[in-house]
Amino acid sequence: MEKRVFFKGWWLPALLVAPQLLISFVFFFYPSGQAIWNSLFLPDPFGLKTEFVGLDNFRFLLSDPYYLASFKTTIIFSTAVSVSSMALGLYLAALADRLIKGAGVYQTLLIWPYAIAPAIAGVLWLFMFNGNIGLASYYLKALGYEWNHTLKGDQAMFLVILASSWGRISYNFLFFLAGLQAIPKSIIEAAAIDGASFWKRFGTIVIPLLSPITFFLLVVNIVYAFFDTFGVIHTITSGGPEQSTTILVYKVFSDGFVSQDLGSSAAQSVILLVLVGILTVIQFKYIERKVHY
Amino acid sequence: MKKIKAIIASLALFAMFAGTAAQAKVEIQWWHAFGGRLGELLDEQVNKFNASQDKYTVVHTRKGNYSETLNAGIAAFRAGQHPNILMVFEVGTASLMAAKGAYVPMYQLMKDAGQRFNPNGFVSAVSGYYTTTDGKMLSMPYNSSTPVLWVNKDLMKKAGLDPEMDLSTWKRVGNALDAAKAKGIDMPFCTCWHSWVHLENFSAYHNIPFATKANGFAGLDTELAFNSPVHIKHIQTLGKWAQEGKFKYMGRRNEAGKNFRAGECMLMTESSAGYAGIKKEAKFEFGIRHLPYYGATEAPQNTIIGGSSLWALSGKSKEENKATAAFLAFLSRTDIQAKWHQDTGYLGVTTAAAKKTKSSGFYKANPGTDLAGIQMMRNKVTQNSKGLRLGSFDQIRGIIDEEMEGVYSGKKTAQVALDSAVKRGNVLLRRFERANK
Repeated sequence: MEKRVFFKGWWLPALLVAPQLLISFVFFFYPSGQAIWNSLFLPDPFGLKTEFVGLDNFRFLLSDPYYLASFKTTIIFSTAVSVSSMALGLYLAALADRLIKGAGVYQTLLIWPYAIAPAIAGVLWLFMFNGNIGLASYYLKALGYEWNHTLKGDQAMFLVILASSWGRISYNFLFFLAGLQAIPKSIIEAAAIDGASFWKRFGTIVIPLLSPITFFLLVVNIVYAFFDTFGVIHTITSGGPEQSTTILVYKVFSDGFVSQDLGSSAAQSVILLVLVGILTVIQFKYIERKVHY
Repeated sequence: MKKIKAIIASLALFAMFAGTAAQAKVEIQWWHAFGGRLGELLDEQVNKFNASQDKYTVVHTRKGNYSETLNAGIAAFRAGQHPNILMVFEVGTASLMAAKGAYVPMYQLMKDAGQRFNPNGFVSAVSGYYTTTDGKMLSMPYNSSTPVLWVNKDLMKKAGLDPEMDLSTWKRVGNALDAAKAKGIDMPFCTCWHSWVHLENFSAYHNIPFATKANGFAGLDTELAFNSPVHIKHIQTLGKWAQEGKFKYMGRRNEAGKNFRAGECMLMTESSAGYAGIKKEAKFEFGIRHLPYYGATEAPQNTIIGGSSLWALSGKSKEENKATAAFLAFLSRTDIQAKWHQDTGYLGVTTAAAKKTKSSGFYKANPGTDLAGIQMMRNKVTQNSKGLRLGSFDQIRGIIDEEMEGVYSGKKTAQVALDSAVKRGNVLLRRFERANK
């Protein structure tokens, strides 16, 4: 049933894919190869001498309880960021979808936070929760709640999740709203005539029809939480206290560029590479099956 | 047409002359970590040097905090884009020393440039840190300080305490904190640089080892030793104070200084170099005291330095190295050193500067400013109080900070935290030993 078109010759297709291949090579294959190569060495910080150590860097990492804890931190962090930002995004989209007047204004305002770079969002939230001058910490103190995210790991985690999810809500909102508006009104109206309540309609019609978008957002949000939240974490906690907000990507940075242990950092990149590969396979093999297109 | 040609010709001529004029001056780069008041004072030194002669120009750039500056320097070295002079804090000393070929040793630099330079003019407690065991000076001491106890006298009075009361031991400090807490003072105690003050200097001051092999001076196969009963007692005390709300944790570096300067914190342990900022900002009467100790120990021995030294990085032209040598020699001049010492609270790192400051009557006019110097040089140094020379030490400090956060938040006992810090730190020392064999 599939339509297939064949082109004669090979140079035109080769030419057309060449830019993509070149970019993949320069920005993906070459650095990945370098990471794999470097993960087998123990260099000194200045790059004056280096020693081949085989898989010792990996052994060193896997025996480090803080590295293993970083996996758990990453899972908690990315789940919390993805779920909270998607749930709130969907909630706001459902509300905005029902608006009759002034929809444009609401939508614009809700999308606004997405325009703010993660590092700046981090600084904004840090400012509000700063122990010396922060407004939020001041009011919390007035309520009798001691806020000190430089010392308390769970508070620090809460703050980085809050700051990371905030801008993300806008992004999810945008996609969910588009998804909601693409659902034919006739189906919903037909269900309403049949006597289905709002929640019934939402659960049995809207959610399944939104599933391609939800799946897309899930993938994108997890990738975001894994890799793009660096700016937020760096500005707010620098991974502390006691590494309680050190997600895997942050550890690659802090071990490599703060502690100058480039061998360990390269080994972590390799592990991350494998991990993302596995995650992508799982997502497309198992979750995508449940998606209705 | 002729006119345009004439203009172009004159422009070209001008550019040529401008070019040669710029070339005549050798420009060198200095990367450092000073902002705020210290940054202003550093800028003043550079301007003075640039104005004092017409052969060289020094350009200084702030690269962030101490760790960030060191990392920027290392990354730039790998890329071949490094500055002539890099400010490295005392913690990075062992890393630099081990990286032979990354720097031009100070004695070599001065000799090659034909610069008159007397390494014996430096206070030995300072220069010893940057000198090899066979007496060769590798880097030039720039700013050195030692921790002292800062007192907000107004808050002491508010707490019903005599602001001149004896605070020489931690026990007495504890009593003062109890009184302050009872009177509702929100932040009786705060501290900066946790590991540096409460473990590193604490060890030297009590004459107990921070690490084996003379704190690393005697070999790379050193092991950490800061989990002795005396160490544990002190960290446990800090943890207890934190739980009771007498000690407030504000951050790993010098964040607490802000609270002290704002008049919120009653007693603070911080570098003697907190002086520049406190003098400028404090709207209360402050005092300086010696670092407290525990009775029935070998304390008070002497404290050790923190701060930075300047390293001349390798791979630069002879001309530029000459400029570097000239600038560093300028910085060690007595008048420059004496001014720096009096403005900042850093120690006078040359004996001449210390003498000059004393004879000028500065210490009499500013009581307490001589305490840091006295505290550092009060006894003949032992192998526990000479300083530290440990590889990957910035990382190890990070580990110590993490573990101490565990104690302050009540998650760990001091025993568990310090044992764990020693164990984790030793892993890094072994890794460093292996990479620098």
